[in-house]
Amino acid sequence: MATTKIETDHKLNVRMFITGLALVALYAIIVSVMISLGVSLVLVIVIAGGLLFSQYYFSDKIAMFSMHAHEVTPQQEPKLHEIVDRLCLLANMQKPRVGVSEMDMPNAFATGRSPSHAVICATRGLMQRLNDEELEAVLAHELSHVAHRDVAVMTIASGVGLLAGLVSRVALFGTMFGGGGRGRGGQNVVLLEMATLLVSMVIYVIAYLLTMALSRYRELAADRSGAILIGKPSVLASALVHVTGDMGRIPRNDLRKTEGMNAFFFAPALAGGTAATLFSTHPSLEVRLNQLAKLEKELNG
Amino acid sequence: MGLRDTLFGRSKQAAPNLDNLFALSTAALTLESELDLVPSGHGGLCFKAGSGEGTLTTDADIKELLNFDETNNKVTLTKDDLGFEWLLVADPDLESLVTRIHSADTSMVEHGLGARLLCAVFGFVPKTPPGEGSLRLVYLLKQGTFYPFAPTGPDQRNNELELRVRSFLSTDLPIEKDLSRWMALWNVPVE
Repeated sequence: MATTKIETDHKLNVRMFITGLALVALYAIIVSVMISLGVSLVLVIVIAGGLLFSQYYFSDKIAMFSMHAHEVTPQQEPKLHEIVDRLCLLANMQKPRVGVSEMDMPNAFATGRSPSHAVICATRGLMQRLNDEELEAVLAHELSHVAHRDVAVMTIASGVGLLAGLVSRVALFGTMFGGGGRGRGGQNVVLLEMATLLVSMVIYVIAYLLTMALSRYRELAADRSGAILIGKPSVLASALVHVTGDMGRIPRNDLRKTEGMNAFFFAPALAGGTAATLFSTHPSLEVRLNQLAKLEKELNG
Repeated sequence: MGLRDTLFGRSKQAAPNLDNLFALSTAALTLESELDLVPSGHGGLCFKAGSGEGTLTTDADIKELLNFDETNNKVTLTKDDLGFEWLLVADPDLESLVTRIHSADTSMVEHGLGARLLCAVFGFVPKTPPGEGSLRLVYLLKQGTFYPFAPTGPDQRNNELELRVRSFLSTDLPIEKDLSRWMALWNVPVE
């Protein structure tokens, strides 16, 4: 964020700070619970840390693989490269690698452990649905994620959720085998087990909700920076309308090709709803459009 | 599908539903009054000419099956680049166009080829060009539902217009509710 000349949104910063603070507080609770249960801290930290680090370190490869994306050269996708080149000059940042996923679902993502290892990727469905200006707006949003180091931030945040999950399992294990002999009767052990399970579940849910909230704020921050970078919040708004909701679900694939086989039979081979889950970490369209409309007024006023 | 069909991996091929085709006439009136779109006078039936016994192997077979009248230049048979057969009908009167498509459908179903039918397509054009651009109404024979398709380029479609068509026609036609089934038909030979 440092190299860009983008003004900060103080309210958004405050909300992000509070969310982060709540995550830290939760982390403290988890650690104290673990210590009180006498769990081997080293083991927990080594496992959780190892998983998290690999998730962070290989974030570009994991995301590219799961989205069936491949890197493209300027010769293969001249338009995409040109837009990214222009935006990087504008924002004064290092150009990330550029990838394309042949999926029909309109989507774009940026990932990589640092700006120098970043990759920015768009699906074929996105490029077909949007005009050049709208595509530029979406790529500006994704470049903002790179500039904000969102992969690192979200890895740390989701690490707490992972820890919570680990603790719930370790705690349960500890009660069943370590604490079993302590109890005077069987009933106490059962009660203790249930209480631990309940507490760990509540912790997990809270951690998950907080991570999602943080993710949504990071999205709004990227919307904001992206819109300011191209100077036209309304174009990003129009792109969002085109790729989310009803319009995003109308396919570009041909009825007669591959998936067209579904038309011959009554029950579809593919279950719906995959796109919806991907967007659950994002704020609602209404919230994003409102912010962009406000920004448009500020920029023009 | 029943449990036994699931266990043995059999899927029943759905029988085509042809009754809803005749609802097109009222839909055409709505399209004209709301969106200034009128029937182009072209319609088509898309099917897969398979191989094997009891299927259509030559053009002559298909023509015979569909009561093809050689002197009638309003009906043509073409094959598209994706290997599907198209029975194309030109008739300025929408009612008789629908009747022709329906009788071709019925004939194929009677010959046990109902499972090969993919869709029927009807063309609509702006009354005063350019207007909204052209529109196709696609009828999914197995589902018995319609959906709008408004191509604007080789792989571009006008989703705004399609969704507006849905809102106007939802009372006249059984519109396909699952938007992910609104598959494109690029280079559709129906004008």
